[in-house]
Amino acid sequence: MSTWDRFVETFFNAKVMLKYYPDILSGMVVTIELAVLIVVSGLLAGLALALLRALAIRPLNWLIIFVVDLFRSLPPLVIIVLIYFGLPAAGLSPSGFVSTWLSLAFVLMAFSEEIFWAGITSIPRGQWEASRSTGLSFWQTLINVVLPQALRLTIPPLTNRTIAITKGTALGTVVAVTEILGQASSAMSNSYNPSPLMMGAAAYIVLFLPVVVAARWIETKFAWKR
Amino acid sequence: MAEPIVDARGVHKHFGALHVLKGVDLAVSERELVFVIGPSGSGKSTLLRCLNRLEEPSSGSVVVDGIDMLDPRTDINHARRRIGMVFQSFNLYPHMTALGNVTLALRKVVGKSRAEADELGLAALKRVGLADRAGHTPGQLSGGQQQRVAIARAIALEPRVMLFDEPTSALDPELVGSVLEVMRDLRQSGMTMIVVSHEMGFARNAADRVVFMDHGLIVEQGPPASIFENPTQERTRAFIGQIQRH
Repeated sequence: MSTWDRFVETFFNAKVMLKYYPDILSGMVVTIELAVLIVVSGLLAGLALALLRALAIRPLNWLIIFVVDLFRSLPPLVIIVLIYFGLPAAGLSPSGFVSTWLSLAFVLMAFSEEIFWAGITSIPRGQWEASRSTGLSFWQTLINVVLPQALRLTIPPLTNRTIAITKGTALGTVVAVTEILGQASSAMSNSYNPSPLMMGAAAYIVLFLPVVVAARWIETKFAWKR
Repeated sequence: MAEPIVDARGVHKHFGALHVLKGVDLAVSERELVFVIGPSGSGKSTLLRCLNRLEEPSSGSVVVDGIDMLDPRTDINHARRRIGMVFQSFNLYPHMTALGNVTLALRKVVGKSRAEADELGLAALKRVGLADRAGHTPGQLSGGQQQRVAIARAIALEPRVMLFDEPTSALDPELVGSVLEVMRDLRQSGMTMIVVSHEMGFARNAADRVVFMDHGLIVEQGPPASIFENPTQERTRAFIGQIQRH
């Protein structure tokens, strides 16, 4: 057996792959569900916090900044473990799926709040003044004038952060979530062969490459001529 | 004299330790065009911004069209509809077309439908000579055109008073004329206007009154001819002399 054959036999073993691809597929479904939940709830919560922060209520802003800085500095794995093993002490017992979802949504909320906030504050004062001088309220100005401009600026950093955090769904393995990596590693230990891991890698590429491409498309579509 | 349409009395404004307005009284009658001149830092822009409460006066009173602008019970957003403002840096919304800029407040504040707002917006753009630019974004317009769109955005709301804060200062010299033209038209239509500007030629031709401010106070005011030819105050004379040397 040549080195190449041995390599293929080890990493791309057809028999193993055929046996375990349904597991990887079901892992993909779980990963997609998790990812969609995290992205939607994390970004919405982040945007909501940034909008609240725009109200400039001092004590509220201190609280927002504290929460955001906390979730930005904690490793996501620690948050997952704390929620999964810690909350039962408070009488709640979230599943591994829910723990992973909540943890990564909090992290995405924290990072996206900072990005949204940076976008909002980068809009010149004159935009606010022009809008307010025509009688639009604070909220009308924020929603119609400031936010559309701020969001365009935030799309590149936001997509980067969103993709990075969404890949963190793999951390769900530690709390027994049957997402791609969880399925791949249990298939790997059952088959004594790393081929499932290769399938897992392929699954991540299939999932995230279109997201990266779509993000680039959104960036160009929403750039406007100055 | 009839009731003034703009009546500011004893307006003070502090920015921290800085005392920018030190008790300014300014009454403007309907259809009057008042020019406010003065060295930079004299408080003229701040005074203008106090009239529609973009700046909160520290004390004093501001009544515009019978509405007490400083009364906390006043619906400031409603009151501002009656006071158009044009800024030095245009401040057009870059993500909207010219028509979008003009119709935003018509739809969101006045409550017009999109079709009604578009009709009024196009009429306003026509008044400033830019009906054919309705679909252009600010980035596709020259500075002079942008400022005219900004004027259209203000007049579309049919304000009772227009405030101009150095409307031509950010423009290349060859573009100034088109903006002044529009302001002259507005003047002829009977709009009440308060203009902070250094366009002395325009002031001489069009203004009813010139107000000279320095160090947060009105030093002298009167018809353009008397302010420009025979200022009574030394500070006015020095300022007029300086700007006329250029």
